Amino acid sequence: MSRNRLPILVTLGVLVFFYLPIAVLVAQSFNASRYGGHWEGFTLAWYARLLREREIWRSLRNSLLIASTVTLASVVLGTTAAFALHRWKGRLQQAHYALVYSPLVVPDILMGMSLLMLFVSLGVRLGLGTIFVAQVTFCVSYVAMVVLARLQYFDYTVVEAAQDLGAGWWTVARRVLLPLLAPGIAAGGLLAFTLSIDDFVITFFVAGPGSTTLPLRIYSMIKFGSPPLINALSTIMLAVTFLAVVVSQRLAAGKEVPARASNHPG
Amino acid sequence: MSGRTRASGAELAATAPSFLWLALFFVVPTLLVFAVAFRPSDPYGGIGAGWTLESLRALGNPSYPAIIWRTVWVSVVATVLCVALAIPTAYAMARAPVRWRRTILLLVVIPFWTSFLVRVFAWKTLLHPDGLVKSLLVALGLVQPETTLLYNVGAVLLVTVHTDLPFAILPIYAAAEKFDLRLLEAARDLGAGSWYAFRRVFLPGISRGIQNGVLMVLIPVLGSYVVPDIVGGPSGEMLGGTIAQRVFVDRNLPNAAGLAALLALAVLLPLIGALWLQTRRGRPLRMEELP
Repeated sequence: MSRNRLPILVTLGVLVFFYLPIAVLVAQSFNASRYGGHWEGFTLAWYARLLREREIWRSLRNSLLIASTVTLASVVLGTTAAFALHRWKGRLQQAHYALVYSPLVVPDILMGMSLLMLFVSLGVRLGLGTIFVAQVTFCVSYVAMVVLARLQYFDYTVVEAAQDLGAGWWTVARRVLLPLLAPGIAAGGLLAFTLSIDDFVITFFVAGPGSTTLPLRIYSMIKFGSPPLINALSTIMLAVTFLAVVVSQRLAAGKEVPARASNHPG
Repeated sequence: MSGRTRASGAELAATAPSFLWLALFFVVPTLLVFAVAFRPSDPYGGIGAGWTLESLRALGNPSYPAIIWRTVWVSVVATVLCVALAIPTAYAMARAPVRWRRTILLLVVIPFWTSFLVRVFAWKTLLHPDGLVKSLLVALGLVQPETTLLYNVGAVLLVTVHTDLPFAILPIYAAAEKFDLRLLEAARDLGAGSWYAFRRVFLPGISRGIQNGVLMVLIPVLGSYVVPDIVGGPSGEMLGGTIAQRVFVDRNLPNAAGLAALLALAVLLPLIGALWLQTRRGRPLRMEELP
């Protein structure tokens, strides 16, 4: 009997291992002690100081600008790719699949290195533009895989039915394909946004002066900055993440019903 | 339909955007790394003209064998630890009631959505000489006050397992969820002990998930840069850190390219291994043959 409890104990241990460092970090962000050795009273001073850090807000603006454009571009490219991979099965799609799949199994540092080589060879100025290109390159594959997984459940006869009823290509795409694929596209877009806003290694290799993103800023704060400020910033980021996960869970749960209802002719 | 050899216009139009983008920004740059490794460096941190074997010779650097060896063993040990923790977790999740299963799954996924740098930093403060883990271990008399928990290979392993464990749990859980747990009961009814049934029925049943979990951890860790850089110190340096140093400190791109080419070949090995396993066994899930 005791053996059957072992997996449950391991699971509990794993969850503690996941959340303990995060919990301590959140608590420390309210600790008046600068080095966080022991508790010296509750304070919001670190948050107040965070508000005055111009560089952080500038890097957040860069990150949001890049993440939104990268999400848009990779959703368009990734969804088209997933559609092609699902619709046709010839040799071209075999090569296409290998091409879309490969970036997923390449370590970040290799991707960052190789893109830096490309930009240096072409003499391109490093900056927001190169970061955009680099991030789209790895986000496309993730979006394509997520949308492709959703397409497995897609019944293509719906499209044929629409065409039989006289719908043109554009109408089919807008009135049939997009509504049915919307949950998959949204999930892919959310993933692309998260990957983009969190990416450090690849961005680090292809960033230039003036294009510091939030992760690059945090990295240099970890190396040279003051720990309590990072604690406060991290706590805000964690709160935003938790909120986003909860909201997306709610949305996903609420979507199940309308997804079924969308089978009726609209 | 299968007799058609030429792609239609619609297929070309739908394939071209992603195909061309990835060809230009993924395939060409990857090949370029191998080409740049045979170029001379120029004094301004760029790539010089002509061809040279200079970077190949630089791979003979006496400090490299130790770094390469450390990169390999840290990656292998971290992968084994992640999979060893992920299998019982996935098993417990698959057996749990549906409501619990969803909650645990969400709790495993949330760290994946939270900032990677923040989680590494959290460990840095915990292991810091004034940090909580250190004070706790000293108070319990488990370590000497002068021991440093930070800036060594142990710290790299610990933090790597923390950041990469979800990548092992998710594919293994995906396989465990599809596994028919009644097979374990059947094995026990036929006289197998719990452990024997777990080892001979459950593990082979989720072998594809374990294989994916191994790849999902092993490959990124081989190219790991941030974790060794923040908690590893000089004695925890891995190949990724050396590549970054050649780029940002020495500003010698061809030498960095040489090392990156080496890493690319190292990453190919486990991929080829997985492919070989899959083709050799044909259908790895033997459970499928059971009724």
